[in-house]
Amino acid sequence: MKMLFYPGCSMQRTARPYLDSLMAIRETIGLELEEVADWNCCGATEYMSVHRVPALALVGRNLAIASRQAEGTDTLTAGCSACYLNLAKTDQQMREDPRLAAKVNDALHAGGLSYAAGSLKVRHLLDVVCNDVGYEAVQAKVVRPLHGLRLAPYYGCQVVRPDPDSRWDDREHPTAMDRLLRALGADVVDYPLKTQCCGGHMTVIGPDVAYGLIRRLVHGAATAGADAIVTLCPMCQLNLDAYQIEMNKHYGTSYAIPVLYFTQLMGLAFGKAPAELGIGKEFVPAAPALSRISDRPPAAEAAKKKRRPRAADGLPMPRMG
Amino acid sequence: MSAVPSPSAADRAPECSAFLREVMDATPGDSRLNMCIQCGTCGGSCPAGPEMDHTPRRLFAMIRSGLRDAVLRSNTPWYCVSCYFCTVRCPQQIHITDVMYTLKGMAIGAQLYRDNSPPDFSQTFVDYVEHYGRSFELGLATRFSLRHHPLSLASMAPMGLGMLRRGRMELVPHRIEGMAQLTRILDRAKALEATP
Repeated sequence: MKMLFYPGCSMQRTARPYLDSLMAIRETIGLELEEVADWNCCGATEYMSVHRVPALALVGRNLAIASRQAEGTDTLTAGCSACYLNLAKTDQQMREDPRLAAKVNDALHAGGLSYAAGSLKVRHLLDVVCNDVGYEAVQAKVVRPLHGLRLAPYYGCQVVRPDPDSRWDDREHPTAMDRLLRALGADVVDYPLKTQCCGGHMTVIGPDVAYGLIRRLVHGAATAGADAIVTLCPMCQLNLDAYQIEMNKHYGTSYAIPVLYFTQLMGLAFGKAPAELGIGKEFVPAAPALSRISDRPPAAEAAKKKRRPRAADGLPMPRMG
Repeated sequence: MSAVPSPSAADRAPECSAFLREVMDATPGDSRLNMCIQCGTCGGSCPAGPEMDHTPRRLFAMIRSGLRDAVLRSNTPWYCVSCYFCTVRCPQQIHITDVMYTLKGMAIGAQLYRDNSPPDFSQTFVDYVEHYGRSFELGLATRFSLRHHPLSLASMAPMGLGMLRRGRMELVPHRIEGMAQLTRILDRAKALEATP
């Protein structure tokens, strides 16, 4: 399966383990990724705050280069939430607002480029893995199931919202990554905060706000009994991992929940070595959690855990008999 | 969700303050900001709501009342984390996050903000992109912190060194090959932005 690939600045640096693990698993799942030539930054959530037409032209250059490169595919995929959303939203706004599209193309012409809105399908990497590769195909490649590993699937904001091309089952409680992790043999915990905010750029411009949001997410995962949080975004990983240390200092807490990319867990289940997947480069070490992976499925244990509801469970309700 | 119909331009003209129209015109597509029913779903959904000077609902009432100065001085747009919860929950399908981007741009244009650090963060990010075509975390973090939180540099140093040791940060920025082309594109786009 061939597609164009936009790595983005974060995957090159702060999220290098995300890129390395993707490169390690791409052949196993039959993904042929062609990098967009000489791509530039997508502008993250900052460029749009300063200039509007230039922000669209900035993304437009990437779309124009990708569409010129496109041969045998019209899919452009990105692993970073902000990169994905900027590419998808620029295409959508150009489709819906022809006057704006004309302005963006006028600017692109100054660089000898042009982009016909709608000519590329912009998709997040998780979407491609779940819906194009498919859960069954992923499961078929599992040689070392992640039995006994309890994972909190964390989607963050911008992949599932605003969802300009209606790719997901739900914008607040999506299930795609839950299913993917189960296909790897892992135990997926109930994580109602799965699409709450990691703090985004507030870790830099307003740390107190960010620490509160990070604590909520980490505490939620700990309460749910998760061994690790699984993410699909470089910014979320950085905020929940590196800033988990700062958050602990701020509140005097001692949470230690590692934060891994879904591609790293896929690699582990496919039998790849942790080092090849960039595991070990996280701030909160993942090794203790990963040592919980057992050879046998935890079926007997799970059956034992089930018990009849007791009167004290839930809200007080009148009971029959 | 079925689309709620938009009133025609003529229908909405009388109730529009000039400022409301200015905000709507500066937002891509139809932001539907004039359709706000003041229900407060936006503020109730906002992860940064408690820290904001005004909830989005209140800010939209202020826009409708033409309180340009107070709106552009509010910290609300700068505390928006672009999580899009308000946008997908709004019963009137207003493009709230996009409106926040518009208000940030207008506040920078009018030089109206109390705390200059969030706009300066955006501007510093933009400067690196316009010089190299890529973002540069080390430069962004140190330049921003030196200017706004010099005392925090010492406490942030362990994280920076940790990033370097793990190969997650570079010491020099990467410049794209097509930098001259990108500059021509951005210069033209800025000229176009200035024209209606």
